[in-house]
Amino acid sequence: MFHRKAASIAVIIIAIAMVVFGIYRTEVSDVFNKAIRICLECIGIGWLPW
Amino acid sequence: MVRKIVQSLTAVVSNSYITGFLKGTIYQGKLKNVCVPGLNCYSCPGALGSCPIGSLQAVIGSAKYRFSFYVTGLILLFGGFLGRWICGWICPFGLLQELLHKVPGKKIRISGNWKKLSWIRYIMLFVFVIGLPLFVVNIAGYGSPAFCKYVCPAGTIEAALPLILAAPDQFGSLGGLFILKASIAAVVVIASIFIYRPFCTMLCPLGLIYGWMNKISMYQMQVDKDKCIECGKCRVACKLDIEIYKNPTSMECIRCGECKPVCPTNAISSGIKFRTKAEGAASFTEIEGK
Repeated sequence: MFHRKAASIAVIIIAIAMVVFGIYRTEVSDVFNKAIRICLECIGIGWLPW
Repeated sequence: MVRKIVQSLTAVVSNSYITGFLKGTIYQGKLKNVCVPGLNCYSCPGALGSCPIGSLQAVIGSAKYRFSFYVTGLILLFGGFLGRWICGWICPFGLLQELLHKVPGKKIRISGNWKKLSWIRYIMLFVFVIGLPLFVVNIAGYGSPAFCKYVCPAGTIEAALPLILAAPDQFGSLGGLFILKASIAAVVVIASIFIYRPFCTMLCPLGLIYGWMNKISMYQMQVDKDKCIECGKCRVACKLDIEIYKNPTSMECIRCGECKPVCPTNAISSGIKFRTKAEGAASFTEIEGK
């Protein structure tokens, strides 16, 4: 159980660090810019590769 | 019942941009900076947040970055706290499949060798979500969000259909890609009537990641070994055919909790706990140690 608790806390700490680093290197703007435009691929507008 | 209320509230609140449904547009406010925990297409007219799988592909497929610390961190954060509780309680696409499963018809239980179909999710994650956006890039260095583009039925049902219905002229040029996606969505919809959550068990890359996190998440299913008589009633009640008394951290378990009320000895509990109850005879510790 101790190992699970330690792993759980470690993952959460690493996750928070990754989020902070992602924000620092402005990944959020990529997420935002994709999310505020209608994703044509998501709704099926586009070409098939074959 | 409580779970259905939570699922419904989450689905409604996270898709509450009504103007989008009326005008065939999508929300463009600051909430879109943040990913929601469940699979919820960000091109759904009502969506207030971003889909983690769509966002992951967007960053991986950008010319600037090849890995997303932000989105991966958020997924690990959600999963680290809750594991697949997210799938069972707050994923809108999971709710949709569960509602479809209530349509009368023969119900097929995925068990035995059929469970091996869950390996398709590894292809979805490592090929469509990561591999193709990362390696198949255009001349400018941008990769396509392949999972969204070729597979995701959530995008077709939550985004394409409402947008096309709200603004048919704007989205008139639908071709082969739409037919492919609509076919996959139709198969998932029809399969959901007969099979419990077929997308979650066989296709969802997000569920796969949260499944890994089930082993270490703070939220856990707990089986009191001293109380459990291994009668198997929990497995019968589980629509995903999981033997929770053998493996409380099963990566397929969506923590719906339907096994708890059927247990004749009240051996199953769930929650965010690290210490066992005094009356529980340290069962959680022992099961973890198996």
